[in-house]
Amino acid sequence: MAKSVEIHLKVNGKNHVGHCESRTLLADFLRDHLNLTGTHTGCEHGVCGVCTIFVNGEAVRSCIMLAAQANGAEIVTIEGLSTEGRYHAVQKAFHENHALQCGFCTPGMLATVIDFLKTNPSPTKPEVKEALSAVLCRCTGYQNIVKAVMEAAADMREGTVGASANV
Amino acid sequence: MSEANGFIGKSVPRREDRRLLTGKGEFVGDLKLPGMLHAAFVRSQVAHGRIKSVDLSRALECPGVAYAIAGPDLAKLLPPVPDTQLALPKKWTTRVQHTFLNPQQPLLAHDKVRHVGEAVAVILAESRYLAEDAAEQVTVDIEPLPAVVDPEQGLGSDSAFLHEQYDTNVIGDFEVAKGEVEASLAQAPHRMKRRFYHHRYAAIPMECRGVVAAHDERTDSITVWSACQVIHWLRREASTVLKMPEARIRCVALDVGGGFGVKGHVYPEDLLIPFLAREVGRPVKWLEDRHEHFMSASHSRDQTHDVEFGFDDEGHLLAFKDEFIVDCGAWNPIGSGIAYNTAVHLPGPYKFDHFLVRSRIVVTNKVPNAAYRGAGRPEATFAMERVMDLIAVELGLDPAEVRMRNMIPHSEMPYHLGIPYRDGEPIVYDSGDYPESLRQALTAIGGLDAFRERQRAARAQGRFLGLGLGCYVEGTGVGPFESATVRIDPSGKIYLAGGACPQGQGMETIFSQIVADAWKVDPKDVVVALADTSAISIGFGTIASRSTVNLSGAIYNASQVLQKKVFAIAANLMECSPVDLELRNGSVGLVGVPGKELPLARIAKAAMPGWENARPEGVSAGLEETAYFQPPTVTWAYATHAAILDLDVELGRIEIEKYVIVHDCGVVVNPMLVDGQIHGGAVQGLGGALLEELAYDSEGQLLVGSFMDYLVPGASDVPHMELKHMHFPSPLNPFGVKGVGEGSAIAPPVVIANGVCDALSHLKIEFNSTPIKPEQIARAVWGR
Amino acid sequence: MKPAAFDYYAPTTVDDVMALLKRHGSDARLLAGGQTLLPMMNFRLAAPEVIIDLNRIPELAFIREAGGQVHIGAMTRQRALEFSPVIAKDLPLLHEAIKMVGHLPTRSRGTIGGSLANADSAAEIPMILQVLEGEVLVRGPDGERTIPAAELILDAMTTSLAESEMLAEVRFQVMPQGALFAVEEFSRRRGDFAIAAVAAMLVVKDGLCEKARIATAGVSSFSSRLRAAEEILEGRALDADAIRKAGEAAGASIEPVSDRNASEEYRRHLTRVLTTRVLNRAAESAKPH
Repeated sequence: MAKSVEIHLKVNGKNHVGHCESRTLLADFLRDHLNLTGTHTGCEHGVCGVCTIFVNGEAVRSCIMLAAQANGAEIVTIEGLSTEGRYHAVQKAFHENHALQCGFCTPGMLATVIDFLKTNPSPTKPEVKEALSAVLCRCTGYQNIVKAVMEAAADMREGTVGASANV
Repeated sequence: MSEANGFIGKSVPRREDRRLLTGKGEFVGDLKLPGMLHAAFVRSQVAHGRIKSVDLSRALECPGVAYAIAGPDLAKLLPPVPDTQLALPKKWTTRVQHTFLNPQQPLLAHDKVRHVGEAVAVILAESRYLAEDAAEQVTVDIEPLPAVVDPEQGLGSDSAFLHEQYDTNVIGDFEVAKGEVEASLAQAPHRMKRRFYHHRYAAIPMECRGVVAAHDERTDSITVWSACQVIHWLRREASTVLKMPEARIRCVALDVGGGFGVKGHVYPEDLLIPFLAREVGRPVKWLEDRHEHFMSASHSRDQTHDVEFGFDDEGHLLAFKDEFIVDCGAWNPIGSGIAYNTAVHLPGPYKFDHFLVRSRIVVTNKVPNAAYRGAGRPEATFAMERVMDLIAVELGLDPAEVRMRNMIPHSEMPYHLGIPYRDGEPIVYDSGDYPESLRQALTAIGGLDAFRERQRAARAQGRFLGLGLGCYVEGTGVGPFESATVRIDPSGKIYLAGGACPQGQGMETIFSQIVADAWKVDPKDVVVALADTSAISIGFGTIASRSTVNLSGAIYNASQVLQKKVFAIAANLMECSPVDLELRNGSVGLVGVPGKELPLARIAKAAMPGWENARPEGVSAGLEETAYFQPPTVTWAYATHAAILDLDVELGRIEIEKYVIVHDCGVVVNPMLVDGQIHGGAVQGLGGALLEELAYDSEGQLLVGSFMDYLVPGASDVPHMELKHMHFPSPLNPFGVKGVGEGSAIAPPVVIANGVCDALSHLKIEFNSTPIKPEQIARAVWGR
Repeated sequence: MKPAAFDYYAPTTVDDVMALLKRHGSDARLLAGGQTLLPMMNFRLAAPEVIIDLNRIPELAFIREAGGQVHIGAMTRQRALEFSPVIAKDLPLLHEAIKMVGHLPTRSRGTIGGSLANADSAAEIPMILQVLEGEVLVRGPDGERTIPAAELILDAMTTSLAESEMLAEVRFQVMPQGALFAVEEFSRRRGDFAIAAVAAMLVVKDGLCEKARIATAGVSSFSSRLRAAEEILEGRALDADAIRKAGEAAGASIEPVSDRNASEEYRRHLTRVLTTRVLNRAAESAKPH
């Protein structure tokens, strides 16, 4: 039936088979069908960026993608960013710089930042601010997030803190 | 650990971070209970009208629908939202002339709809998708009525009335005064009148509201999980509405994705969802979506001030009279709170004798107006700080100089303002140095004279720089109380339960630091339980920048009592006097004799009831103490914000070259977290000044339905902020702290207005309302 | 805000798309990047019975140099354009403008074809198509046809594509060597749709402006060329006077829209200001540094 779909996908390194309606949003599929509630939804219309995850290595807004479209994809969510209990460089920098308060936008921030740093490993502050403008945060005022990203970028360039094999 | 204050004052990294950074936080939307149903509301698309009928028949036939009910039927079953929280202290009611009417909002609209977005019916289905499908099939027949959109028109006797039992739309009216304002105005060498408008915007946290409820048949008890800042208040109202004792209701807030005041009162949904869970015998989850949030979660600000002020040739403010209207929306969930905050924060850090403020709260066919970071103070500060700049322009003085001349000097602190706070106590600015905060801010922007020179030179080249100032004082840590239970766990760890409700402030970390210092343990050895009525039975909750002040006080009170008990038992075990003992390293030890100590775990064991106890005569069993802190009144934080603006007048775009905040919240528990609060509040303030707007059309249709219309500042829209701190400890609580959660949202709107006016001072343009949009600036200049 | 139910198809060839469009007609919507359609569906402002997902058709995503032209498949991601060395070399104006389109995560999914077919009046890609005088290749039940830039967009959110047609490819002439160009956008926040945007490409030879192509976004109901401004520039030196006059002509010549973001008057004003700034920046870029 074209109103439901079967999807095969890899999430955080694990293979999954799911059945859902064709209209099920990818964010809801992850949260409700796979119980990966680390991905949040802040607007369900693709503006706030809170729902951003990795799909095939790129940051994507999961509230405006159908789960059906993720058939065959490799997905990484916030639950898959740290390896063996060790923070990704960006997670570490967020913690040390108080770059999160309520934590609701944090999953989207992390994915957006990590993807951005892959495309631009030595960003300037204005470039970081521009990249961060993809995700809305109501708590932090962004200042500490900018600081954290500059620090994480430096750490990753110097190889002092690992990235993650997953992303 | 030899220092008296080991952890207070340190930027201890947050314990909350681990779960939030790894996706293991638990927000209300993450809850999954077996058999759970999902709710969707049918909301009015009409601003004002009589409900003729609601037809649920087609909805009930939709796939996966388990239950549906509409307002008219629900009204037979449940009362409206109780208004016990709105009761004003006697000390206030006897001191302030006032009239208040409290219309009580039904849990679903049944006779009339009074704003676009008001809920009329609710559907429960197997998924939110299916519930929304069914909600589309509900027909609501409404006979439209004229919408009251302009509160000034709503004042008229020929206006439509929202709450027809009152024959008026004015549901609040009060006046506060000192001195003789009319006489002083009449005699003042200069007298001016201005209208200031602070527009409607809102908290807009990234997590919308949400409620999950489950009724347990075995114990006939209900658990309500709500993204809520005031869970004890929620339990109290739920008890009334559900006709169940509080003892059988548990209210919990899990991780909350931002509150900022909008989650700081009890909403109809908070009470309806638990009722439905009990009614259908299955857990029920309601997650507000963003579209709903704009039309049903409280808005804020929206005040019009008509100010008349008198001053002398030196720029001294002599008299200040303000008549202001609050556009309250259709209901008034927190009563006098916002309006009265505005009234008493108008005088600010200034010294003058003649003051009168009259406030009217007017209902309109809009979303209800309630608390949002600042809660009435931004509106007050906007008026007074514009007045300071207007005096300066009129007299050809520098706005900084005018403020300096009017500020209460440090030598006159504590300063008796002469009017009561909303707790009924006379306002006393207890500590601080306002002129010094202004001096430091001016230094931080590079010096006033240096800036004026730059400004002159730039203007000669067709570039427009402006200095915007905003000074305010803020009453924080309001009562009536907060609660704490401190218990020594058998493991020797300290357990703290408190009535505060976090939404990202880092309370688990902050209070572990405070308890650690009180008990000489490591913060890691403090277990913190907040936002759960099962953990502590009486509590107040988190609003109004009150939790660090009040919960730290309660921790102190509980710890004082408990420590006496601990020493008594330890003395008994160590065969010495309690006065020879001290707390150190998680133990009780003999003063001056290192190594002679007993770990707290040992004391806890000795305190147990039963045969093996080692309690001395007269000491009760157990090592737990519950205490309350009832602050004598609010304690006054303050700040000066200063910004240098660079205007691109062709486009009307404002570039903030520099933004400086000099802030005093007394003793700082965790500097990193305090800075985070200041950053966040300031950016919300800038959003309100420049971008965020909740506009309505003349029919009461809300013109904002998404983040495409409502512009929340992003990282590229905010300046780097330089923070400086002053620390005058509060004399009103044991730790000397003052609140910091709201403060920095207060000044930015007026800082921007003042900065723009200053940049264009050669054109003598005034900006006396918000938001300040590029087109307004471009228009002001392009004609000239 | 969950979408209404629909039948979902993910064809793997363009022929399959044609067959599905023929079968379902107006009941069906084509799903490209989804960055516009999905939000509308989540709001239930759009509730198509059938969704035809174009994301499984490899033949629709490519960037090719072809004899003085660049051919781009309609399903090419904006992100791919952003990081493509071919685009950077041959279409540097597009390379600069693409960074203004939404944010990196939206460019991961958003496509060039989707943006053109959507024809939002404030979108940047339709404006660049106008400036560079590109054309689109459209597939229909009876074969292919080409639509030049000037004939593609008829009104806000309205193209000249028929219901049974699908945008398959976008073609541009490689920008002339040494062409001057610039693009400026004014919006309330970074990444927002433009309240006003102007893009220009100028070919200057022997001190005279041989060719001027200027287009807008956001000020009218659809992107259009500022021919009055172009006529002022062509055939004369690109000096301050010419630029000023061109800016004034630009502001006077548009048919501005009015909305909550900006009045007609202000949009005219912005058009004049941004045209002047774009032309100045383009002219500056010619000078040796």
